[in-house]
Order: sequence, then C-alpha cells, then structure tokens
Amino acid sequence: MADSDKDQALVRLFTQRESEILAEWVSTLNLGETKMTLQEAESQGRAVLHALGKAVAHGNHGDMRSAEYADVRDVLHAFSRNRALQGFSPTETATFILSLKRGLLGQIRKAAQSEDAFDLLWRVNQLIDQLGLFTVETYQKTREELIARQSKEIEELSTPVVKLWDGIVALPLIGTLDSGRTQVVMQNLLETIVQTEAEIAIIDITGVPMVDTLTAQHLLKTVSAARLMGADCIISGIRPQIAQTIVQLGVELNVVSKATLADALALALKRTGRVVSKLKAKSLPALQEPAAEARG
Amino acid sequence: MDSIPILKIGSALLVTIQVDMHDQLATRLQDDLTEKIVQHRARGVLIDISALEIVDSFIGRMLANIANVSRLLDADTVVVGMRPEVAITLVELGLGLPGVKTALNAERGLALIGGVSAAGEAADDADDD
Repeated sequence: MADSDKDQALVRLFTQRESEILAEWVSTLNLGETKMTLQEAESQGRAVLHALGKAVAHGNHGDMRSAEYADVRDVLHAFSRNRALQGFSPTETATFILSLKRGLLGQIRKAAQSEDAFDLLWRVNQLIDQLGLFTVETYQKTREELIARQSKEIEELSTPVVKLWDGIVALPLIGTLDSGRTQVVMQNLLETIVQTEAEIAIIDITGVPMVDTLTAQHLLKTVSAARLMGADCIISGIRPQIAQTIVQLGVELNVVSKATLADALALALKRTGRVVSKLKAKSLPALQEPAAEARG
Repeated sequence: MDSIPILKIGSALLVTIQVDMHDQLATRLQDDLTEKIVQHRARGVLIDISALEIVDSFIGRMLANIANVSRLLDADTVVVGMRPEVAITLVELGLGLPGVKTALNAERGLALIGGVSAAGEAADDADDD
C-alpha cells in the first residue's frame, strides 16, 4: 500500500468517524476525578478533533511544527494554558489528550483491514505522542510564567516604605537583597522621600537573613542616593551575628546604625527637634477601665 | 551664548538649572559662580536641580567642583531637589558627592545655609555623629 493510501485511511478515519471517536474518547475520561464537566470535555474534544482532522487532510502529519498544524497548536495551547491557570495537575492535562488514543484505536479496530492496521496504528501513535508532548510543554511554560509573575509580585509587596512620623520614613527590609531587588527598594524609598518630604529614612534590616559584601554595597548605594536627595539614613536592626559577619568581612558601613528600630526612631525624633517624654501616671489616658482601677 | 542666571538672596547665591546642561554651559556656570561668590562675598550657594532629568559624569563632577571651589572661597554649597532617577544614576556612576551638602527642597536648603552661617562649624559636627 502506497503512502498516500495510508494517509487516506487516516483522513477517512477522522472525517467519517469523528463523532464515534469523540464519544469513545469522552467516555474513557475519568470525569468524576477531575474538575471538568461532560459538556466541557465534549466541546474541547470536538475542537481538538476538528482541528486535527483538517490538519491530517492536508497531509504531512509527521510534524507538529508544520504550518498545517497551526490550528491544532492554537487549540492545544489555549486548552493547556487554561488548565495550568486553573490549577489542574500535569497528569490530568496530559491524560485528556492521551485518552484520544483509546478513541482512535477503537475505531481503527472496527474499520481497518488487518494488513494496514499496524501502519495506521503506528501513525496514530506518533501523532498522539506529539500532541501529548506539546500539551505538557505548554502547561509547563504557563506554570513558569505564573511563578515568574508571582515572584515579581512578592518583590513589589515585600518592600513597603512606611511613614513613622512627619519627615521620618522607614523601610523594613525582609528577605535577601540582590541587585534586582535593591533597584526596586531604592526606587521606592527615593520616591517616598520626595512624596513625604522626609528628612530621615530608617532602613531596618531585621528581616534580612544574611549580609554579604554585595548586600552591604547595595545598602551603601541606597544610603548615598538618599543622601544626594537631602535625606539622612539610619540603618537599624543589625543582628549580633550579622554585625560580626560585617566586621569579619571587613566591610566599612559608614552610616549611622542603631541596634533596634526603636533606637533609630528615637534618634530620628531627636534630630528633627522632637522630644518623647513620659506623662505622669494621673494624666495617662485609660485604655481599659478595669486596668486603670487596678493600677490606681 | 546662553547662560544660567545666578540670583543673590541675602548672603546666599541661588542657581536654578532649568535647561538640559551641556558641557559648555556647565563650564560657564562654574566660572560665573566663582566670580559672583567673590563679588558678593556670599556665604552659601544653593543649586536647585529639581528640573534636571539627565546627568552624566561631567555634570556630577561639575557639582563636586563647584562645591570644592566654593569651600575654598568660604561658601557652603547645597544641592537641592535632586530627582530619584538622578540620585540613582550618580550613585551608579560612583559619584556620591561627598563634600556636597544636600537638601530636599529649596526651602530646607536655604535653612541649611542660614543655619551654617549662624552656627559656623557646629552644624558640621552634628552631621558626623
């Protein structure tokens, strides 16, 4: 049997038995375990089969990357992407496409004569494998995009600049400082300094797990940039371990530093000409009545 | 050739840079400013760069030079209103402008110069603690 005849057999399989294939395909899906409804499965299956039927009719069904398969790729791309975003597992996603094999093979058994059945089987197998691989690849890509977007969001969320007092802002840093994050941090801090007309910026590094020479350099850059804009920086929250590391590394941190954020705030208030003093016990506003009585 | 106007306010000189600085303009400003400091016996120089969007190493060095020259002539230099992008660029260029005083806006800059002329070296000491 010539190649074109075998192609014809495959094309016939798709054109004449599309609905039977679809019915068998959908019936083999274990829908109870997935989040998919029967209607969804049928409509998506029909779209895939339809695009696939057209692609096969154009010939050249050995290569998923060829132009004839553009429709198939689009359909599978959309399908796989949606699955990934909706949180389906890779197995669930791939199984949907791989189950098509059952539908196709069943129809081949009914339709084909014994001698060309093997050829047809082989072609169908190749085709389905490619479809499956493509689906999983798209799934993976979408998940990676999702992760990249989330890490970017975390990056932005984790660098808030808070206003502590008139003219005093604080930047509580959490997590490791790399070049990319420092850029965001610096930008945020400087813009807030402009907006709030802050004279003093406190950089609190209590949440920074480790400080190496690079981190120290990034910190110093931020301090220099803030100084150029006319704001003084205080670094606070250097943990004992980190203080030792900095000294052992021989890094010169030529900035004012305080052990805790509270100390830094006290210094900042003093520098801006403010005094914090304790009220006498009598004039303390009571937060809760019983507690006030107990004290009195 | 165009030049940047230098205004006298009390014992201070005010320079507002509102156009893109090219190298010739920067050199001219440096010359003019030096003359004016001597002429008016100014105690402070206020350079407002809030309209400056682009800096290069030449402008950065010019600012440092002006500060050094002014110090020789017994005048303090305060650079005010630097934009965040400009600050980041200068730091990345390695120009931290160590001898230059900075302030967030012209008002605070003037206060800084006034404070300096009144208290002399006391303000410098306060900065170092």
